[in-house]
Amino acid sequence: MPKVRQDYAIIAQWVEPGSRVLDFGCGDGGLLRYLTENKAIEGYGVEIDDEKVSQSIKNGVNVIQSDLETGSSLFDTNSFDFVILSLTLQAVRHTERVVLEMLRIGRQCIVTFPNFGFWQHRAQVLFGKMPISRELPYQWYNTPNVHLFTVHDFEQFCQGSSIHIMDKLVLDRKGRHVKWIPNLRGMLAFYRFSRKN
Amino acid sequence: MPGNSVGIVYPQIMNFEEVLGLTSGAQLSKYEVAFETYGDLNETKSNAILVCHALNASHHVAGIYADDKKNIGWWDNLIGPGKPVDTNKFFVIGVNNLGGCHGTTGPASINPETGVEFGGDFPIITVEDWVEVQARLANRLGITKFFAVMGGSLGAMQALQWSISYPDRVQNAIVIAAAPKLSAQNIAFNEVARQAITTDPNYYGGHYYGKNVVPTKGLRIARMIGHITYLSDDAMAEKFGRDLRKDSLTFNFDVNFQIESYLRYQGDKFADSFDANTYLRITKALDYFDPAANHDGDLAAALSNVGGEFLIISFTSDWRFSPSRSHEIVKALIDNGKNVSYAEIDAPHGHDAFLMADARYHKIIRRYLERTRL
Repeated sequence: MPKVRQDYAIIAQWVEPGSRVLDFGCGDGGLLRYLTENKAIEGYGVEIDDEKVSQSIKNGVNVIQSDLETGSSLFDTNSFDFVILSLTLQAVRHTERVVLEMLRIGRQCIVTFPNFGFWQHRAQVLFGKMPISRELPYQWYNTPNVHLFTVHDFEQFCQGSSIHIMDKLVLDRKGRHVKWIPNLRGMLAFYRFSRKN
Repeated sequence: MPGNSVGIVYPQIMNFEEVLGLTSGAQLSKYEVAFETYGDLNETKSNAILVCHALNASHHVAGIYADDKKNIGWWDNLIGPGKPVDTNKFFVIGVNNLGGCHGTTGPASINPETGVEFGGDFPIITVEDWVEVQARLANRLGITKFFAVMGGSLGAMQALQWSISYPDRVQNAIVIAAAPKLSAQNIAFNEVARQAITTDPNYYGGHYYGKNVVPTKGLRIARMIGHITYLSDDAMAEKFGRDLRKDSLTFNFDVNFQIESYLRYQGDKFADSFDANTYLRITKALDYFDPAANHDGDLAAALSNVGGEFLIISFTSDWRFSPSRSHEIVKALIDNGKNVSYAEIDAPHGHDAFLMADARYHKIIRRYLERTRL
């Protein structure tokens, strides 16, 4: 029995049972499978990579092969309860457009991302190097990440884009909740948000 | 994991002495259906996969014939022991569609009312009619529910129609290189093909069987037109470019370019083995397919009651039924909350890619059929 991924469990606690979930950048379909097994969701994933699409199919989840930056027109406005973007926001080109599309399609959105403001990242930059960590494992020349940002940056973006943050959770390196100075001590951030009314 | 061939296979014929009412209003009082099967039907009859053919194929889907070892089934690269559609696990059925020319009742069959061939009197048939005949064959074989109904192009339209006509009888519909209806351009190509046949002096309104002639010229042009639409511009450029048959231009209307030679060869080969009356009817079935027509053009409404789960596959270089046509189907299914997966294969071969052994494409089908549903 594989160990349950902590990020799956955190996302799952925000997802209402039986809801309709769209997972942007669903990878091998692991999260959708977890949510289907534990929350009885009706889910679809969007994934561009051939191998990951076929792994999602193997995992028994619905997957739509598409570029999430251009393929979101397949999904009607307000047609999902939740739109999830897990560990992918930093790798999209048009960040604002993608978040606004998520808000168009879903009643609620969940994003998770590596916090660039994490102290180890800052320390590496201070010593003149682009950070490499468990959450940011790539070299500057082969990283898929094009927009690195901090917890603080994300909240500022939400404020400027009429986004209502409903829930927030930040983990440190050991997976412990960080309540105090999360922008410095947090490594992985989880946000649940919706449109501001 | 390429897998093996199913080996030597035998076509079978099932006789139906029951009236078949067609969409057009016409009726057939009796008919025969040619089919082949591979693998074994399990005790619960839950492992059957129906393979529907497209424009120019038949029930000979996999394997070879004992007396004609070069006649390999048209989807042999996909179907067989250890292949993506694994005949060690599944009972696979290929059916020659009504109006065909490979054993199932069609225009060249004897009309019981006149005692001579139907010829031009053979009714126009639709995708719905084909599904009806396939369902009757399934009844005879004792199959109440298919594990999967699958096909490419026009075959994919039959798989889609199955999920509409018989929502309780399809567990999975595998819809490859399809469109929910033909575009004006698609119909235009079909009409040129039909005109080529019907204006051939040997066509005689379809009643050419008794005259010992065949509208070969028309049929070969029809096939040449069709063939152009099956290939991509890139695939043609790659395969032929502007290569010449001889060293230099000949300054007459003989074959100069390799592509001309290829098209003539394909046209001749096809005209020798296929019936023009069947070709006319199959193109018409394509043109008429439009499940949304009964729902004011709303495809989501047309698919609101479909049964089973869906795997939709398209190919980036297919300009006959491009990926955007598959998107229409995918979107209508998502709008209805149906279980659907969609793969868009970056293959260079155009519409014909569905017949090719592309590793990514075959892996998708293999994994879809092997997956464990939650």
